Amino acid sequence: MNTVQNDNHNTIMELKDVTKVFRRGFFRKENIYAVDHISFNLYRGNIVSLIGESGSGKTTTGKMILKLLKPTSGNIYYRGRDINLIKSARQKVEYYKDVQAVFQEPFASFNPLFRVDRIFDMVFSSLLPEIKSHDEREEQVHTVLRSVHLEPREVLQKYPHQLSGGQLQRLLIARALLLHARVLVADELISMLDASTRVGVLNLLGELAYRKGLAVIFITHDLSLGFYMSDKSLIMYNGRLVETGDTEKVYNEAVHPYTKLLLNSVPDIGFRWNMDKAFNPEHIVSDIDDFYNKNRNRYPKGLVQTGDGDHKVMYTL
Amino acid sequence: MPEKILEVKQLKIYYRTLQGFVKAVDGISFAMERGQIVGLAGESGCGKTTFCNGLILRKKPMQYMGGKALLLGHDLMSANKAEMRKLRYTNISLIPQSAMDSFSPTKKIKTLVSDLVRQHHIEADSDFFRKVKERFAQVNLTPDVLDSYPIELSGGMKQRVLMVIATMMNPDLLVADEISSALDVTSQRFVCKLLVDFLRKKFVGSVLFITHDLSILYQIAAKIIIMYAGHLVEVAPTKDIIHAPKHPYTKALITSLPRIGVRFKDHKLRGIGGVPPKLLEIGPGCRFRFRCPFADEICEQKTPPVENINREHSIMCHHWKKIDRNEHEHSTKR
Repeated sequence: MNTVQNDNHNTIMELKDVTKVFRRGFFRKENIYAVDHISFNLYRGNIVSLIGESGSGKTTTGKMILKLLKPTSGNIYYRGRDINLIKSARQKVEYYKDVQAVFQEPFASFNPLFRVDRIFDMVFSSLLPEIKSHDEREEQVHTVLRSVHLEPREVLQKYPHQLSGGQLQRLLIARALLLHARVLVADELISMLDASTRVGVLNLLGELAYRKGLAVIFITHDLSLGFYMSDKSLIMYNGRLVETGDTEKVYNEAVHPYTKLLLNSVPDIGFRWNMDKAFNPEHIVSDIDDFYNKNRNRYPKGLVQTGDGDHKVMYTL
Repeated sequence: MPEKILEVKQLKIYYRTLQGFVKAVDGISFAMERGQIVGLAGESGCGKTTFCNGLILRKKPMQYMGGKALLLGHDLMSANKAEMRKLRYTNISLIPQSAMDSFSPTKKIKTLVSDLVRQHHIEADSDFFRKVKERFAQVNLTPDVLDSYPIELSGGMKQRVLMVIATMMNPDLLVADEISSALDVTSQRFVCKLLVDFLRKKFVGSVLFITHDLSILYQIAAKIIIMYAGHLVEVAPTKDIIHAPKHPYTKALITSLPRIGVRFKDHKLRGIGGVPPKLLEIGPGCRFRFRCPFADEICEQKTPPVENINREHSIMCHHWKKIDRNEHEHSTKR
């Protein structure tokens, strides 16, 4: 339907009308649409950024791709196969070899009692049991560590607390590489890192995507990072995709008022905010909400073409 | 000449540990004037939070080792408990790091506020709450926020509640530690805008804004202080720091900032290799030398002195003149 032509053979993952509803309340039940009918594709060697504020459903989307949550409706296809049908342990191992994730908090992603080499050993025993020889394992670990610019001798014998946040995030990426992952979900990968170490991790991710053909879904709230990294950008608001398309189109020719609000709020060196002008994001957001509440059934859910390319926008004011 | 609110002179605050002293704030000097927002920026672990907590309360293992911090002429370092108690909240107010996540979940905002002000011997009567509600209206909060629980408020709302509570007594100095960091972009800009409004309406005399995000400081601060491993490596007006930085660390920080318009495919940003040094028993020498491309023997032997480039711009680097000259020649050649 809204897949991009000529990219079909490169499509590695496809989300179609994916919805996740959480139910809240005991006596008075309430449905919360965390993710509301979203569709997009991931391609080989392509970075797609999913941009939104807290509560917009970006992490829920990532979790559904990782099979940590089951969509309420809609389908996710990985290389043409519905991932909902992946049930047996063996199939799951196959899936997780291909689809890996790096999360926000590097220290929480590691067991503090395990040394780094043991973490890699566990990866081998649970996901790559066919590789048995110690030398072969060691060689592979060393190769992937070098490819994320870490010196194996320096990190392997250490505990997570002895390494910096940037190093730990690199280790997580290395783990994904060890498995020859094809899809990487990077959920707020660098939010916890310092400005000076951030760029190193970002550049690494970019290189891997373009050199090794990794498909990356880059979940972030930082628009300037989204611009730096991605080929395509998806702007998410209240569980819905409000604007999608090529990164430059979305940023330079934004149509949806929410995208414009986000772009207006980004602090940028070189352009100073006008502090005399009134600024109240809550008014703008409540206008947008009112519009959608009033017109709930008048428009189809989903996106419409704005004219050129695959730049699409949700019906709006 | 504008009134000086805070004047810090050669301040040293260390942590006493079993292995020795951790020199988290090591001889820093700067001044702030009334009506200014001053930004303090640096990586995590560089001593930003130690400095601002140290201004308010020095709890063990934090230890004052020398120097002065004058708030309107009163030395905060030599003030005793009773004197400090009078100054806190009325003259100097702090919004600690991640305070918005530290609300007691079982108390309504109203109870929290009255508990807090009672600690400072202020009557939390209806008159006081009338004033609170007036201030709430200024920051786009409805009066019924007072009767809600923290869980019912969003991050941006909690941060605004904190800003109002912290400035109820119109303090001369508000120390805001990472108040914008955990917020969404839109709330971030909103909070910054409100902070500027507060300053214009004289709800606060001046603001010390601590963050790791230089691009936010560019928007609001009059002056930026760059801190690295317990030293103030560069202090200058905002436009000089952003457009004409002199210290190699500041330069590297500015060039590593991602901006809209810069793409990985076209222009790769460069980070700073290595990690900040451990501050435990750190010896003399420039603390940035381990990551600095210009470092040589002198950087290892001698701590660089604080030099003044002009009245408002100071720097801590042995080689800034040489680096500046080289760059100048390089650009004219091209």
